[in-house]
Amino acid sequence: MIYFDNTATSFPKPPCVLEAMAKFLNEVGANPGRSGHRLAIESGRFVYSAREAVAELFHVADPLRIVFTSNVTEALNLALNGLLKAGDHVITSSMEHNSMMRPLRCLEQKGVELTVVPCSQQGTLDPGDIKSAIRSNTVMIALNHASNVVGTILPVAEVGQIARKYDLMMLADAAQTAGVLSIDMEKDGIDLLGFTGHKSLYGPMGTGGLIIGERVDLEAFEPIKCGGTGSRSEHESQPEFLPDKFESGTPNAVGLAGLNASIRWILDQGIENIRSYEIQLTQRLLEGLKSISGVKVYGGQDAEKQIATVSFNIQGKQPSEICLLLDEEFGILCRVGLHCSPASHKTIGTFPAGTVRFGLGFFNTQDEVDFAIAAVRKLAEEER
Amino acid sequence: MTQSQYAVILVYSTSHAMRIERMLIEQNIECKLIPVPRQLSSDCGVCVRFLPADKEKVVQCLDSVHIEIQGIFEI
Repeated sequence: MIYFDNTATSFPKPPCVLEAMAKFLNEVGANPGRSGHRLAIESGRFVYSAREAVAELFHVADPLRIVFTSNVTEALNLALNGLLKAGDHVITSSMEHNSMMRPLRCLEQKGVELTVVPCSQQGTLDPGDIKSAIRSNTVMIALNHASNVVGTILPVAEVGQIARKYDLMMLADAAQTAGVLSIDMEKDGIDLLGFTGHKSLYGPMGTGGLIIGERVDLEAFEPIKCGGTGSRSEHESQPEFLPDKFESGTPNAVGLAGLNASIRWILDQGIENIRSYEIQLTQRLLEGLKSISGVKVYGGQDAEKQIATVSFNIQGKQPSEICLLLDEEFGILCRVGLHCSPASHKTIGTFPAGTVRFGLGFFNTQDEVDFAIAAVRKLAEEER
Repeated sequence: MTQSQYAVILVYSTSHAMRIERMLIEQNIECKLIPVPRQLSSDCGVCVRFLPADKEKVVQCLDSVHIEIQGIFEI
């Protein structure tokens, strides 16, 4: 079996992730931050250690500015719903995942003004187009760091500089890039960074977070859920300090134990090493697919300018049919269709049929890539 | 008057206690997270205990970050 669906969620996970989670469940188990006994403190340490790991990965000085959420969708919803008000203008791109686009469209119904800046058919964005879209009431630029459909990396740092220059908040969706591309919130001009734990951070599902930069006005930032935090329990009003303001309810401590282990594993491997290995695999896959007659590959087709996500189609075959054949005849697991991103497919010209997507990860091999290229070649030849 | 054996920093949240503990360890200041002593009140259940002799260094440390504390108490 060849797992090529790492863009949806990475699999397998490093063994240290399972070990950390088993250790938490077997030896700790208590609710973090809800008591002062030894197991509660130990549980709190697991969660705090995960905060420190995230802080190290994204060069965040204060670990308390990391708000854990269940995934990046919740993180983006928090940033958008918590900060944008009727009459505000926000700029986004046409390569967004629905985790960004749907909350924005929802807010548009409530009076937030939205500009979706078109990207090229390769999925690239001209930062100048973002600049041209700025109005007097613009308060935020919300941008995907890399496409989950064609892998194209968007110029977050350049746009971040524009955001700084015009004093706008910059929200980046690092769902596909955390763990493979180096991200430094300060250098890249990012004020709000949403990430998920279960993709290229190799942690468990149900983990993620929003990092809130120093420029964000906390007083004007409304939580999207309120509740128990284990702090200031004598008050019935929500605490105003981080991270408790936005972290109500018992956290996914076992998941965060896994995320802590996975991020430390990434730091040990070195992001540059993970990235260069994935570039190598991606380049090989791109070249192989492009050499097959009847196969159309989408995106910029340059491994250096994209993540390890590749979309293609075979002339004469429906993506869904290809998915079934790859699974049943070759044991290759991938994802087809619109990948929760109709905007991206409209941009690259594949709406509504969609594409076949291979999402590679650090645990894939050259042999698997070669086998998959041969499988696609065989399917394409059947059509001729 | 007897000398206090320990001092504690009362905080508003366990995350804050963890952050302070990490900072103090980095500064080689002996400390331990303990349940809040019953004569003091707190709601997160955990506080940071240290030796009264280190109070000045601890206060310097706390001043260097923006963590709101409930106070420092000798016990």
